[in-house]
Amino acid sequence: MSTPFPGEIDRRLLNERSVSGRIGLQVQELDVPEQPLPDAGLLRSEPAKLPEVSQPEVVRYFTTLSTMNFSIDTNFYPLGSCTMKYNPKVNEEMAFLPGMAGIHPNQPDETVQGALQLIWELQEDLGEITGLPGVCLGPLAGAQGEYSGLMVARAYFQERGETGRTVALMPDSAHGTNPASAAMAGLEVVTVPSDSQGNVDVDALKGLVDGRTCVFMLTLPSTLGLFETNILEITKIVHDAGGLVYADGANLNALLGIVKLGDLGFDIAHSNLHKTFSTPHGGGGPGSGPVLVSESLAPYLPTPVVTRDGDAYHLGSPDKTVGRVNGFHGSFGVLVRAYAYVRAMGADGLREVSENAIINANYIRTALSDEFGIAADRVCMHECVLSPQAQKAKGTSALDISKRLIDYGIHPPTMYFPLIVPEALMVEPTETETKDTLDRFIAVMRQIGKEIYSDPDLLHNAPHDTPNTRLDEANAARNPYLRWQPDEDLSAAD
Amino acid sequence: MTTPDDRRYSDEHEWALVDGNIVTVGVTQFATDSLGDVVYVDLPESGTEIVQFDKFGEIESVKAVSDLFTPVGGKIVEVNTEVTDMPEKVNEDPYSVGWLLKVEVSDAASQLEKLIDAAAYDQLTAE
Amino acid sequence: MTTNTSPYIPNTDADREAMLAAIGVKSFEDLVQDVPAEHRFPDLDIRQSLSEFDLTAEIAALASRNATPGEYACFLGGGAYRHYIPSVVKSVVARGEFLTSYTPYQPEVAQGTLQVGFEFQSMICEITDMEVANAGMYDGPTAFAEGALMACRVTRRQKIAILDTVEPRNIEILDAYSRHQGIEIVLIGHDGDIPDDASCLMFQSPNQFGGIEDMAALADKAHAVGALAVASVNPTSLGMFRSPGECDVDIVAAEGQALGVPLSYGGPYVGLFACKDAHKRQMPGRIIGRTTDTKGRIGYALTLQTREQHIRRERATSNICTSTALIGLLMTTYLAVIGKEGFRKVAELCYHKAHYAASQIAKLSGYTVKSDGPFFHEFLVECPQSPADINRALLDRKIIGGHDLSDRSPNGMLICVTETNTRDEIDALVEALSNIGQPSAGNGGK
Repeated sequence: MSTPFPGEIDRRLLNERSVSGRIGLQVQELDVPEQPLPDAGLLRSEPAKLPEVSQPEVVRYFTTLSTMNFSIDTNFYPLGSCTMKYNPKVNEEMAFLPGMAGIHPNQPDETVQGALQLIWELQEDLGEITGLPGVCLGPLAGAQGEYSGLMVARAYFQERGETGRTVALMPDSAHGTNPASAAMAGLEVVTVPSDSQGNVDVDALKGLVDGRTCVFMLTLPSTLGLFETNILEITKIVHDAGGLVYADGANLNALLGIVKLGDLGFDIAHSNLHKTFSTPHGGGGPGSGPVLVSESLAPYLPTPVVTRDGDAYHLGSPDKTVGRVNGFHGSFGVLVRAYAYVRAMGADGLREVSENAIINANYIRTALSDEFGIAADRVCMHECVLSPQAQKAKGTSALDISKRLIDYGIHPPTMYFPLIVPEALMVEPTETETKDTLDRFIAVMRQIGKEIYSDPDLLHNAPHDTPNTRLDEANAARNPYLRWQPDEDLSAAD
Repeated sequence: MTTPDDRRYSDEHEWALVDGNIVTVGVTQFATDSLGDVVYVDLPESGTEIVQFDKFGEIESVKAVSDLFTPVGGKIVEVNTEVTDMPEKVNEDPYSVGWLLKVEVSDAASQLEKLIDAAAYDQLTAE
Repeated sequence: MTTNTSPYIPNTDADREAMLAAIGVKSFEDLVQDVPAEHRFPDLDIRQSLSEFDLTAEIAALASRNATPGEYACFLGGGAYRHYIPSVVKSVVARGEFLTSYTPYQPEVAQGTLQVGFEFQSMICEITDMEVANAGMYDGPTAFAEGALMACRVTRRQKIAILDTVEPRNIEILDAYSRHQGIEIVLIGHDGDIPDDASCLMFQSPNQFGGIEDMAALADKAHAVGALAVASVNPTSLGMFRSPGECDVDIVAAEGQALGVPLSYGGPYVGLFACKDAHKRQMPGRIIGRTTDTKGRIGYALTLQTREQHIRRERATSNICTSTALIGLLMTTYLAVIGKEGFRKVAELCYHKAHYAASQIAKLSGYTVKSDGPFFHEFLVECPQSPADINRALLDRKIIGGHDLSDRSPNGMLICVTETNTRDEIDALVEALSNIGQPSAGNGGK
């Protein structure tokens, strides 16, 4: 965070600053004759009660609000599974080129050949990187990509007459969107336990796959940051039972140029462009969640997919498409950024991404696992999961450690996920951080480790100097206050 | 808070307190300790018929949601609206002000045999 | 000593050597021994890395092959709209603290994102006159589908009735979302009956042909059978037209793109979602609430999270996780800048310009304006030739014509006029249509 100057930040909302008569924009005058209005009963009885603020006030308000955020541009974010890497500025410039940001989705194909070529080339590149050549860049986020992939699986089995395949198997460490998407796809969720080494329990899996298995959904590396030791055996077990294997590609940052999902036996995957491919998180989106499949499943992909015919590019529907999951062609602005990233990195660059991500994570693991505990004591991939149970026994939780990191200007790691690790703190440094930053993180964690014993209240009451200290989330849920209401004064606190 | 011995318990962390043919139902201290601050309780309407051990509602904290399984079956004759308005009552005292339902039960004795006593419940939660 | 190749990967060979030594391995290969050897380190057949200079040239070349509204006059709508985006909007969204921050799960370091999100929710309530709104969804059509699914949860009914003037694409999306949940979709006409086991009636205003629907009457019709009214609205139109809240609609969805978001070939956009307070715990998506901190100061946090996938998993109200927060910021800034007066003015400009254009086109022989009821800024025209042919001819005159609806209305073209179309542009369109529409030898008008 960067505060422009010391002192209290004015937290009043726009409606609390509003003064009748102020305007923020001079709107142009009507240059055609006024036309007859429709029936008064169809019109608003009074104008919408939007705030009335001047332009300088708008700029100051939003700019000041932004200074209350941590961001990659200002802070280190070791957020496991989120891949908070640097978001290249040139990608922003490319996405905002008028020829990219200004084109309308309903324009005829022949008027947007540059856009279609970009989408087609990105389809090809992502297909090559993952080894899954059937690609649809339409889904607007990972969860939508997951749902699309599951629809493809269901359509595939429906066509083969295998309508009894209604079970989605997944490890107990699966990300919440996996069972949520499976439920939406009408699949029964069955959990497969992990072993003490953080791998899928292969014997348990063998006992659970059968003629009812539609898919086995696996994150690779796992949500513990570990590469499945028995991955080839796992995909074979599922295929032998007639099921399909789905890769949750959230952790793809560990696999670029290291291994292809298709080579390992995966049939379907989704990728998160706002993780692996450097597009900005934006405070919670927009994302993009392409769905990628093997050749034989490509006809089922959602609409639309771009095809090439000589020099001409077309937007079309795969022959047996599962249909459409969103309004237009995908998060095109995000695709432009991802395309720019892939072109900038090239094949060698992408492999260096994963190599450095893996080295950085292992460096942190080596330095901190003795003191803070580790979910599984083995080499990790691009992230590691600490498990500070000794500290919890002393009365300081993973939450307290996380909040104290904020006082040092570091965003907390991912907390309490995966669910199977007690006091989980998932740390993913990414490849865009320097060794100095990692050394500082390690030093800060060790310092916090000492504070747990010397001055635990520093942690229990952390963070201390942020614009808000810990917020009463129980109250927020018990008495939801979800929009501005008039006649509330600023000090309202029940 | 010690586990009151005037009532019976289920292994889903619910209690049942008998008074004639009306049984009052609630969740245990162990349940509220695990949940943390209760923020919302979703209860059925009075008059609803429920079956012993079936799900009848949900209880939410900030970070978790749990199903509620009734320790007895019968017809709901009263729902604790205080708890739906102020869910923190469940944390305050889950065994008295934090009660959830009152159920009219015709075969209380035989249903209660399927529940365990305070000592057995304490042993269950000690594991 | 070699220099790095990528500016985005700071560690040098020396750094890596030191780290590998600290880890206790000899080389990087030692860290990936779990990856099956036969598949390790595959060749990636993608192009070489590019310098920033070459990268920008290549992408600029792609961009130059697109016909861009602005260089061309644009009369195209159909779910996405060209409006003027004030400079303030673009400068605010360029702030790295907004652009590169994460989902606000740690509220103490995300009050910027959270307070913006609270403003966003408040503004949606203000323009729709609904009681609560969420912090945004993927886009209008998916928000609309999620609204219908929510109605099924609230009413515990498994049937959805949709008015046949809803954009067919929205119905396709609803089908994709509901297909595996045992939900039946029933299409009805204005005079049709809503099945008494329907969870909701879905309708859209303006509808697929640009026409304004009588939302109050439709809501009444739904309520009469115990169903909810689920409406998809155009947010710009709410500057003039009666809001869904005033019409007793239960759930509202909308595409927020028209409010300060670039067209960007279809995305990223933002889905608006609002409903009556009684149903808020069944709302999908993230919700931001106001509360206080340990010092009693007001702050904001994500709330009612137990509806969401990260807690409720397979019983979540939706699988949505990452949404569209940054686009919500664009919209919030836009509404802050144009404000109460501007919101009304922009709607009126669109209305009058569109009606002027319609009245001029109605005078042309060979063209018929089919929109006979009230409309906002889009209207249906029956053309003397296929819209595809007309649009090709318009392109030669540097005009992007209307949306081709000939699949559902003979030679139908949906023309959209916004405040970005000057009178000169509109007059030039009319003249061009007049010239193109002249029947000539060998060119039958059908």
